[in-house]
Amino acid sequence: MIVSLMIVSLLPFFLFLGLYLKSFLLLHDYHLGNLLFSKEWKPGIGKFGFYPFIVGSIWVTLLAMLISAPICLLSAIHVTQFTKKHVLRIMHPAIDILAGIPSVVYGLWGILVIVPFISRYLGPFFGVQTMGYSILAAAFVLAIMIIPFILNILIEIFRTIPIALKESSLALGATEWQTVKHVLVKKALPGIIAAFGFGLARAFGETMAVLMVVGNVVKLPHSVFDPGYTLPALIANNYGEMLSIPKYDSALMFAALVLLGVSLFFNLIMHFFIIRFNKY
Amino acid sequence: MKPGRKIEEKIFRGLMIFSTYFILAILAIIIYTIFHKGMKSLTWAMLTQIPKGGYYYGKEGGILNAILGSLYLAIGATCLAFLIGLPVALYMNVFLVRHKKVVAFIRFLLDLVWGIPSIVYGAFGFSMMIFFGLQTSLLAGILTVTMFIIPIMIRSMDEILRTVPTGLMEASYSLGSNKSETAFRIFTRQASSGIITAILLSFGRAIGDAASVLFTAGYTDNLPNSLLEPVATLPLSIFFQLSSPVPAVQDRAYASALVLTVIILVVSLFSRGLGKRYHNTKINF
Repeated sequence: MIVSLMIVSLLPFFLFLGLYLKSFLLLHDYHLGNLLFSKEWKPGIGKFGFYPFIVGSIWVTLLAMLISAPICLLSAIHVTQFTKKHVLRIMHPAIDILAGIPSVVYGLWGILVIVPFISRYLGPFFGVQTMGYSILAAAFVLAIMIIPFILNILIEIFRTIPIALKESSLALGATEWQTVKHVLVKKALPGIIAAFGFGLARAFGETMAVLMVVGNVVKLPHSVFDPGYTLPALIANNYGEMLSIPKYDSALMFAALVLLGVSLFFNLIMHFFIIRFNKY
Repeated sequence: MKPGRKIEEKIFRGLMIFSTYFILAILAIIIYTIFHKGMKSLTWAMLTQIPKGGYYYGKEGGILNAILGSLYLAIGATCLAFLIGLPVALYMNVFLVRHKKVVAFIRFLLDLVWGIPSIVYGAFGFSMMIFFGLQTSLLAGILTVTMFIIPIMIRSMDEILRTVPTGLMEASYSLGSNKSETAFRIFTRQASSGIITAILLSFGRAIGDAASVLFTAGYTDNLPNSLLEPVATLPLSIFFQLSSPVPAVQDRAYASALVLTVIILVVSLFSRGLGKRYHNTKINF
């Protein structure tokens, strides 16, 4: 038992150490700021600029959150406050299934539905020529993928708020929406932020679905209809050739290290928000 | 009440209802698309044959290699994760029950690990493989996926085990059983429904994840024969067939996606059904 516990507890440290040692080669030769903010990605001649990938990742993630967050919040409030029990009984399996669908299937669905939709309708509507494989497509698919994740946490959070709080607000003459706006959301705010933060971290690391619809072009995107490239997609796309070019594997491990760092950082901060929510 | 407020109330109530049905509609569209596209090209031969020569250019064959490979990989990883995970979850809830802070810290650590993207595990697994001089193989795949699902397994079992009432533990002690007996005989039985749910949840994760096996399990057209050979997996098979320029092969990708989705749905249904069934063996206080 103790041995198993030790193995499991040390896992994150091993992950960090392993990836750090691997990317040490790259960190030794290049300046950290240079790696993160240089725009040139030419592994063949030893130029490793991660800036396009980082920017691509941030665009896709933020856009996905922008689509997903309001939908999740409104739906969580609706399901927990305004409906009868049976709606929740339908929503729970629906969330389970959405959460269970593998990312490859989401990616495939994105190619079948979202990409044509953007290239045929949304692009022309805004007067843009686009292939459909774009930042926006990735954000759409990603937004749907993180819905079950965020919604689950939000529903749990809204359920823990005592019903007396809502009732006293209603008794004082507030309308239901006023109650939601001024009482429930204010009370649940740390929890809501935490839910969005977990979703953000999850979206940042998502690989296959994004890889399949984002277009994979190493370029700084200028609009949401441009194709882009994300950090996880970079790692997944280049595993085959990374041993043939010097320092390439080290660069990819560095990308993984950045992902690990971002994910740990976000989860760490959001845990403090959850703790604050529970304290109230 | 000012009229503006009434309109605001109406708008937001409408938006809430819209969001809820939007989510349900998206789910329906996804399921419909996968079934509609997949059913067309799903044949018996696809499920029972391995890819023959020129399969990826539209020739004969099937995806049996990927189906079996995925099952082996997911079952292996789930078993391994269970063997490591169950003792940890029990230890946290029986032995460390007096040390609330330690348990809270372990939970926190596990939650952190849960949030790490699977591609990071893939990259880590790959660097370990090179370090130990291993080839891409079923074994490496199983080990990587195990790392990836262990936090999921432990945390889901832990959530159930912590609901086991203290009275039950005290009753067991008073009858003279020691801590291990209490953990493995009493706690596991009381939480059996939750443990099964945890196993099936982890299994679903293990079979659906592509990013962690991309580097470590490799890909092959043959059936897996030993732990040290590379193995094909369903998600990767979908991915590769989809990137083929031949429309017939892309159709097969849709069919493969249908197979994978059906497996996931069945597992999800099973976990609900079994969870309910084993509920009856529970002692109620």
